Amino acid sequence: MTATVLRREPPETPAESGSTKLTERVFRIRESGIIVVLALFVAVTAGIQHRFVSVSNIQFVLVNTAIFALLALGETLVVVSRNVDLSVGSVLGISAYLSASLFGGHHGFPVPVVFGAGLGIGLGWGIVNGLLVAAGRVPSLVVTLATLYIIRGIDILIVGGSMVTANSLPTGFLGIPKETVLGVPDIALAVAVVVAAGAYYLRSFRSGRELYAIGSNPEAARLAGIPIGKRVLFAFAVSGAIAGVAGVLWAAQYGTVDSTAGSGYELTVVTAVVVSGVAIFGGSGSAVGAALGALLLATINSALYVLGISDFWDQAIAGFLLILAITMDRVISVKLTAALRLRSTRRAA
Amino acid sequence: MKLRQTAGLAVPLVMVPILLAACSSSSSSSPSSAASSSSSSSSSSSAAGGLKTGLKVFVIPKNLGNSYFTTADSAKSGGAIAALDALSETGTETSGTADTPASQIPAIQAAVSKGANALIISATDPTALCPTINAAIKRGIPVVTYDSDAPTCRSLFIEQASTAELGTSEVDLLAKQIHDTGQIAIVSATASDTNQNAWIGYMKQELKKYPKMTLVSTVYGNDDTATSTQVTQGLLEQYPNLKGIISPTTVGIAAAAAVLDTPKYRGKVALTGLGTPDEMKKYVSDGTVTSFELWNPADLGYLAAYAAVNLASGKINGTAGQTFTAGKLGSFTVGADKTVLLGPPFVFTAANINQFNF
Amino acid sequence: MQPDLDLAPGKPPGPSRPGLASMRARAPWAFRWETGLALIVVIIGVAGVAASPNFLTSANLFNLGLSNGEIAIMALPMTLIIISGEIDLSVSSTLGMSSCLLGFLWSRHWPMIAIFVVIAIVGLAAGAFNGLLVTRVGLPSLAVTIGTLTLYAGIAEILLGPNTVSNFPTAYTNLGVNAVPFTGNAITYSTAIFAVLAVIFGVILHATPAGRSIFAMGASPEAAMFAGIRVKRIKTVLFMVSGLVCSLAGVLYTFRLSTAVQNNGVGLELDVVAIVLVGGISIFGGQGSIPGVVLGVLAFVGIQNVLLLTNFNQEASGVVAGGLLLLSVFGRNAASYSTRLRQRLPARGRRPAEGPAPGQATAGSQP
Repeated sequence: MTATVLRREPPETPAESGSTKLTERVFRIRESGIIVVLALFVAVTAGIQHRFVSVSNIQFVLVNTAIFALLALGETLVVVSRNVDLSVGSVLGISAYLSASLFGGHHGFPVPVVFGAGLGIGLGWGIVNGLLVAAGRVPSLVVTLATLYIIRGIDILIVGGSMVTANSLPTGFLGIPKETVLGVPDIALAVAVVVAAGAYYLRSFRSGRELYAIGSNPEAARLAGIPIGKRVLFAFAVSGAIAGVAGVLWAAQYGTVDSTAGSGYELTVVTAVVVSGVAIFGGSGSAVGAALGALLLATINSALYVLGISDFWDQAIAGFLLILAITMDRVISVKLTAALRLRSTRRAA
Repeated sequence: MKLRQTAGLAVPLVMVPILLAACSSSSSSSPSSAASSSSSSSSSSSAAGGLKTGLKVFVIPKNLGNSYFTTADSAKSGGAIAALDALSETGTETSGTADTPASQIPAIQAAVSKGANALIISATDPTALCPTINAAIKRGIPVVTYDSDAPTCRSLFIEQASTAELGTSEVDLLAKQIHDTGQIAIVSATASDTNQNAWIGYMKQELKKYPKMTLVSTVYGNDDTATSTQVTQGLLEQYPNLKGIISPTTVGIAAAAAVLDTPKYRGKVALTGLGTPDEMKKYVSDGTVTSFELWNPADLGYLAAYAAVNLASGKINGTAGQTFTAGKLGSFTVGADKTVLLGPPFVFTAANINQFNF
Repeated sequence: MQPDLDLAPGKPPGPSRPGLASMRARAPWAFRWETGLALIVVIIGVAGVAASPNFLTSANLFNLGLSNGEIAIMALPMTLIIISGEIDLSVSSTLGMSSCLLGFLWSRHWPMIAIFVVIAIVGLAAGAFNGLLVTRVGLPSLAVTIGTLTLYAGIAEILLGPNTVSNFPTAYTNLGVNAVPFTGNAITYSTAIFAVLAVIFGVILHATPAGRSIFAMGASPEAAMFAGIRVKRIKTVLFMVSGLVCSLAGVLYTFRLSTAVQNNGVGLELDVVAIVLVGGISIFGGQGSIPGVVLGVLAFVGIQNVLLLTNFNQEASGVVAGGLLLLSVFGRNAASYSTRLRQRLPARGRRPAEGPAPGQATAGSQP
């Protein structure tokens, strides 16, 4: 078997083309699938209510997606390595409050410092998560479940009964989510750039690709000399840092921050990530796909509100989509494995 | 040495400091005496006005970490505990952290265990707390509800402002801003909220006075900032000719204001409702919101405390027509259905908003 | 758990620490997680009594049973599922769904007995759905149950929408709030049900071949399958039992609050998982016990009650819960880490160990 893998690919023979086409098609399905679903959904909804695709609504949806797309990027790094980060909502919450309260009513306080603070807070918690998972060899599900509790608890202790209100934040800061360039919200562009950078990292940097290896087969990765601890720590650190920045954006978007900011976000983020094809058992998925998953969920939400459908359906729809996505994912991967095996045996023959 | 054994023992060793810290972080409440029987307090000396002192009163809001309740309850803001301190009682605020009955009930039970002489509760649900509250009442502990009622199982309800007045005045406020004409919508909290539905009922009635205004939709933001934002955006898309929004919930109005705070909507879509001055200062100053109303939550808590102490001292028992004084707020009369009304809603505008800090 | 029988020839008589090891050989129960946990429960009890004379009163125990009965009941099938190597995060949504179903059907004037039957069937179906997706389609239970957590909560939301149903007859709501007769007002129906179920589950897990199969499939699914254990069938049954038990818990919950509303039970799954982990059940599967989870219930619930009865700042309760969770997992990890370490280092005169000792679970791959 090994000999066949190392042999150079002979020019495509008719007997091979069937299974090769299948595998290539399947690899492209992962991301294009979600684009197709998104396009179909938008088309149908716009047909019913044309204001769904009005400029202002598209701007709303893009801004609402921005935070989740960021969180989805961080979560992708973690999930790809066969872990999960459930603490993102709590990190967002505590970062939103602490960094927004830095302004302290002084509208002249530099905004970049506030973003830096948010980044730092998130990074700190991400490192804590990563150390607990990597060094303590405790499953990330349990660790981040515990830190979800702990960070939210610390947030509640710090915030107590107070809140940050819009009048203590500079107008420029609050305006960040509202500025647009040629009609496209700045914030959406910025997030798109960050997601693209993340996708590039995962695809083209050795350490990024190693995350996939760790998720696919941890034992093999270890034997191959990949420093699993360092990579996993890095993934959690990035996820935390991103959640921290997302917290600052949250404060800018909503203007009022109390101890409930970000509650429950982890479920939405994990759903977005899994729906988009990032396999929950690690080893595959793309950052762009995850961001598209976040966009899809935000679009569905918006559609429900714009169409005036009772929003009591949104949870059921999200749950159904999640199960559908992981089922399809599994079916595809089974077929893919079979096709690859077939291709290898054919080449061996 | 066997680390497994150490690990087994390490956990209790770590627990001990946690528990010690817990005990030492206790607030200044007096240690609980064996007060498993009811309301006869440790020192029933009568202060001026015949009110008992030394009573243990527990203030149990819907949840902790909510700035509205912190204002209503805390001593610093002149709320319930400030009143209790003034009356020489022992006031403690406690509750769960989730706004649900399952989270609030253990706090109520613990308060009873700790020898409460009176309870002041903002109910997370109109009926779910009743078994627990009735058990307390049976032990002679008067239960006063404030802000959010449990109508069938409390000794007294302190109402922040007349339901009817709240509903009608908000429609009137909005009508003035949109010149009595146009489509309006309501951004509410949860669809099952008693207060919300009562106010909305009165709003719809008042709207009949304005034939040129139509209520096109009522949406629910679930008192969650992100959801309230999205439902507001959905409204703006669904009804491009929308002229005004009423949001009778502090979370909803703040979220809606953030959405409307752009040149596109400011001044074109009016917004009013129930909000706290701190949250709304920015939007009033930049013209997104002209006026909104509320009551003073601290006064509400203050009044509830006085009512509770009067009940526990036997000066009133909830019959309509009885009167009592509530310190700096003056004298109050118990109305029908064991309800005491705080007063009319207060309208905030650019002229007066900076005088308030809650 | 078998004692280490070190039969390698050439070994000096007795290991380097004769006292401990021979003690361990004679009484392995003294060094298990459950023993440490029992000690903790005792310490909590002592702390509770010291903190407040109301701690051990029947009234307080009654209230504890009331507030935590449903969570405790749900922890039992969760224990079996985690030991078998899976997880079920949809428990709270199943509870919520059954609560809303109860309200929905009651408001349409169905007779209560018929409602109970429907709820039981729906609970079994919900569990079966989870089980089939995990065993037949081969999906990881974490992902599946996150999906069904959302889906079932969504169904609960659709059933009742914004409405609340609270006009249940007192004959039934009394089941939620009254004590079981003749027990001196200390035991709630949910506590009694928990006790009965704990015995049943305990017997099944620890004294039947089915129970041994559950341990086996958690330790190694492939080996279990090759040993002839019907892994898929048993796992599906476990999920179905979980669904049934959670819908029963939903009925109790609804009667206790005499309210069926869409967000009943939200967030409880985290508490259930935390209790099971504190009880010493390994998240990797293959290890744990029912006595452990009973102690876990007592520890988790006890700590929160002690904190409530003292004047501990309730705002910090999340920190305590999370901390407890971390400590229990790290404690368990530290124990197995030290054992692995000890095996790798040759003791005086002892040959280096050749592989893990029997009965030791190696840290498997992440779930």
